[in-house]
Amino acid sequence: MKTHISWGERLFDICINVFMVVLMAVTLYPFLYVLFASFSNPSDLIQHQGLLLMPTGFSLESYKLVFENPMISIGYFNTLIYVVVGTTLNLTLTSFAAYALSRKGVRFVGPIMFAIVFTMFFSGGLIPTYLNMKHLGLLDTRWAMILPSAISTWNLLVMRTSFAGIPAALEESARIDGANDFRILFQIFIPVSLPIMAVMTLFYGVGHWNAYMDALIYLRDKDLYPLQLVLQGILITNSTDSMMSTVADVDKGLIQETIKYATIIVATVPILLLYPFLQRYFVKGVMLGSIKE
Amino acid sequence: MLKLLRDWSRHKYIYLMLLPVVIYYLVFLYFPMYGLQIAFKDFSPVKGILGSEWVGFKHFISFYDSYYFWRLIRNTLLISLYELVFGFPAPIILALLLNEIRSRVFKNVVQSITYLPHFISIVVVSGMLVDFLSGNGLINQLTGLFGIPSVSFLIVPEWFRTIYVSSGIWQGVGWGSIIYLAAIAGIDPSLYEAAKTDGAGRFKQILHVTLPGIMPTIIIMLILRFGTLMAGGSLEKILLLYNSTTYETADVISTFVYRRGLLQMDYGFSAAIGLFNNVINFLLLVSANKISRKINETSLW
Repeated sequence: MKTHISWGERLFDICINVFMVVLMAVTLYPFLYVLFASFSNPSDLIQHQGLLLMPTGFSLESYKLVFENPMISIGYFNTLIYVVVGTTLNLTLTSFAAYALSRKGVRFVGPIMFAIVFTMFFSGGLIPTYLNMKHLGLLDTRWAMILPSAISTWNLLVMRTSFAGIPAALEESARIDGANDFRILFQIFIPVSLPIMAVMTLFYGVGHWNAYMDALIYLRDKDLYPLQLVLQGILITNSTDSMMSTVADVDKGLIQETIKYATIIVATVPILLLYPFLQRYFVKGVMLGSIKE
Repeated sequence: MLKLLRDWSRHKYIYLMLLPVVIYYLVFLYFPMYGLQIAFKDFSPVKGILGSEWVGFKHFISFYDSYYFWRLIRNTLLISLYELVFGFPAPIILALLLNEIRSRVFKNVVQSITYLPHFISIVVVSGMLVDFLSGNGLINQLTGLFGIPSVSFLIVPEWFRTIYVSSGIWQGVGWGSIIYLAAIAGIDPSLYEAAKTDGAGRFKQILHVTLPGIMPTIIIMLILRFGTLMAGGSLEKILLLYNSTTYETADVISTFVYRRGLLQMDYGFSAAIGLFNNVINFLLLVSANKISRKINETSLW
């Protein structure tokens, strides 16, 4: 076949490759711009018009201000707590549910599954959910960032399908050796499902890292704010003033822009560093989700 | 009785595992459904859910009569519709094109890069949009080079849907293509051989082999998309991008519920609007799922 690549085919190849290069540029450039701008000298940047292909001037001033900002470190710290504690709880409960609901011959599994799946179609909605949290006394507590999202039903269904595919012989031989269900789950099911566990860890972990809505609704106390809510203040509502107490008034307008860019970089770098791993596992997760009909 | 006891002794650890799960769903998902009754009540936090007086459909009627009703319905439907028309085909086209790339390495690179925005938090994405689209932001600097006057895009109602939908494509086109690529991978290679011997070129092969091959997946995804027609986009993203100057096009049912309920604490009224929206969503989703199950014997579960 190779010998017969026609002109039409060659043109077709060129068009596709050009399109893909443009697509990649459009996808990546916003990040590159932010990266270059964050290292730029604020007064050079304000005069610069159009695309940046490298930082204009060089300054670490905005990074210094970002790291000195107590809200950024509070946000980082809180988000780390929510990611670690939240993901641990997510994985524990999801694997309990996936294991229990994939066993055969257990009573109530049918009705419980129905009740769980029903929540994917219908919910109480924003206001009753908020009032419920209020009645439970969970507003303005760290639990508000962990408990309401303790199980993702979608993830539960994916894990359950994966557990259901584990050969029954493995379970039976363990049971003959006197293992109970907890041991079977932790010493057989989880070890043989490591890829799916990795996918779940990443799904849940990134979800907690990026979680914003629950914080917006349930938290008023700034000491509990996750990074995303701090970011919203800086990027959307423009509250960079607290960071600039040491900066002379004249320079404030100048440096405000570069602070935003540095903040975006600081908040996104962990995801970017993990991205190569994330990507591989996430894709696997989507596939598992889609094959499970 | 004996049977129950035997069942318990055999499955007690399983029930122990189920306990926290059942409690979670009960407390965090079913309690709020119980609380939905405030949609039919004159809810006052002092009197509580049970103590507040029933008012029947009063909130629903006053919502229907309000100035906002048709605006919210229109905005909610239009956001979903624009996402459907422009956002839905994008990943399919990308998947078809990705499949035509000859170099495996290049294909992997393109995939890795186009999946990336999916992992970036909505706050960061919105923050970048706010910055780039501001009066002296990057976009205006670029259009300024061609002498186009500067526009503060995010305070112009006419621009909102375009910004929302196109940034949504930027965020999701790569990620959305995964499922179609998986479908393409499942196409029988002998079909391509047959097409080639019939003299079909690459373009003809896409049209007559690849596209029909992934049609079941496309149809399922399309039907499921219809199930979310009244959801009106992502509440988070709209909250981050809209402001009072763009309510005319940007305010959807969920953002209205958020403002009336959580900012103005008009609980009963906003719970009623939320319920109205959720019931429609429910009916759409259930019928979408039923239809897709019928057509393809495959569905969400």
